[in-house]
Amino acid sequence: MSVRESGQEAGILRQAFASRSFLTGFVITAVIAAMALMSYLWTPFDVTVLIIADRMQTPSAVHWFGTDHFGRDILSMIMVGARNSIAVALVAVGIGMGIGIPLGCWAAARGGVADEVLMRFNDLVFAFPALLSAVMITAVFGPGAINAIIAIGIFNVPVFARVARAGALALWPREYILAARASGKGKALITIEHILPNIASMLLVQGTIQFALGILAEASLSYLGLGAQPPMPSWGRMLFDAQTRMMVAPYLAIFPGMAIVITVLGLNLLGDGLRDILDPKLRRER
Amino acid sequence: MTAFLLKRLLIGLATLVVASLVVFTVMEILPGDAAMLMLGMNASPAALDALREQMGLNQPVIMRYLNWMAGLAVGDFGRSFTYSSPVIDLIAERAVVSLPLALMALVMSTAIAIPVGLFAAARRGKTADAVAMGAAQIGVAVPNFWFALLLVYVFAVWLRWVPAGGFPGWSAGLWPGLKALILPSVALALPQAAILARVTRSAMLEVLGEDYIRTARAKGMPRRIVLWRHALRNAMIPVLTILGLQFAFLLAGTIIIENVFYLPGLGRLVFQAITQRDLIVVEGVVILLVASVIVVNLLVDLAYALVDPRLRIRA
Repeated sequence: MSVRESGQEAGILRQAFASRSFLTGFVITAVIAAMALMSYLWTPFDVTVLIIADRMQTPSAVHWFGTDHFGRDILSMIMVGARNSIAVALVAVGIGMGIGIPLGCWAAARGGVADEVLMRFNDLVFAFPALLSAVMITAVFGPGAINAIIAIGIFNVPVFARVARAGALALWPREYILAARASGKGKALITIEHILPNIASMLLVQGTIQFALGILAEASLSYLGLGAQPPMPSWGRMLFDAQTRMMVAPYLAIFPGMAIVITVLGLNLLGDGLRDILDPKLRRER
Repeated sequence: MTAFLLKRLLIGLATLVVASLVVFTVMEILPGDAAMLMLGMNASPAALDALREQMGLNQPVIMRYLNWMAGLAVGDFGRSFTYSSPVIDLIAERAVVSLPLALMALVMSTAIAIPVGLFAAARRGKTADAVAMGAAQIGVAVPNFWFALLLVYVFAVWLRWVPAGGFPGWSAGLWPGLKALILPSVALALPQAAILARVTRSAMLEVLGEDYIRTARAKGMPRRIVLWRHALRNAMIPVLTILGLQFAFLLAGTIIIENVFYLPGLGRLVFQAITQRDLIVVEGVVILLVASVIVVNLLVDLAYALVDPRLRIRA
């Protein structure tokens, strides 16, 4: 049995439909996710087949977004690229949550030295500009989607540790936690039963934000040639390929870039909307 | 206050030492050592051994780490294998591109973001607020390298106002140098400005709800003065924190932006050094960047005290 502090369950759904940013963000995210899922079953054209005769076509009724220098359909590549972006960012958030949340909760429950060590570890990771370290990590272990995930995931760890710790620290002095302790429950059990449910919404909001940042980071890494390797299409790589052909074919750069912006925008709106709904205290500021 | 700053300084130093260990270890994991890279795959074992001996690569790991650290302390970053020149010279040569670039971006993003955030907060809920925050929402979502590509297309390819890339060097004069840095710094600044504008707005809204703001207004102080003098100053703490963090982003951002514009800066140096396995260069640049992030964060702590006298008294 757990005590929930924020929001009435019944009201949440109603609020969700009333929040414009949540609705917009949800629809955009759903469309992008659907596009990525659909690419497993069907894409307008096969992205693994190179048809040189069809290369560098401008957008048309057949190829909505045009074709690249190998004659591949840009729309199809964006669809397949979406699943790469989503997979990398999603797993990176998973790594951050899986390691960061237990660490943060542990530090809050233990306090003292444990807490200090965790905070100094956070300082250490934050001292490394994330992109720089991601470049280093992928350089050491070789470029590829898996190593991009690890590189981005590492930087999510202190973020979630910090949020979980801050949330948990605020809860520990509460009366119902004291009551639980008085009844003889251990700190681990209290954390699982009472702390986690109450910081879950905070973590969910942060997760959405990190997801969006992960999409951007993956795009940066694959633009530098350190993400998913060809022939697997990725949005960053498509932009890299487009760069040298900007003069003749600017559309090559427009559509993959738009895909990144729309996805990140959708996730950020979703995060903002979730925060409004789940955390009434913050709502007055907006 | 002194105790607080001293504590931060010690933490900063400790962080730097641990960071140097991390960097050194990561570089140790990399396959192939410098001698092998210099002589190539077909080098004879004897020649390899001789070169290793000469370069000190045969020493135990701990000795090599300590030698490297001792060198760093006196500004000796070692010698690059690919450029065959001292790393410190390479860094100095490249820093004159990256530093102005990061600074221009920082100034630009602050100059845009603070007025926009202030303006949006002052007109909270009105159309102007919605437009400004909508723009910021989009700005946050734009990858800086894509924005850079669009800027190149519009201003270099289409309008031909500025060069599409490359750097003429400061010896060519101040203006040609600055001109080459305009698009890169705009590309770096925009996403940062969007984040900063959002933070400024919410910090301002928080402060505007305070009693002393109402008092100032009630005693007849003009709205403009209340906003700029009373509210902005109190809203500066979160804004400064983000500014400090953004410096790290800007430094890292140079890796990607310098690659877009073919600028011979630190970011491009470290990226090329990684691909060429020129480890000593990577180590030097990374540790320098980490050190500058730590120093900037210390300066931010110091700035808190300057902005907020309450912190000075309390500590």
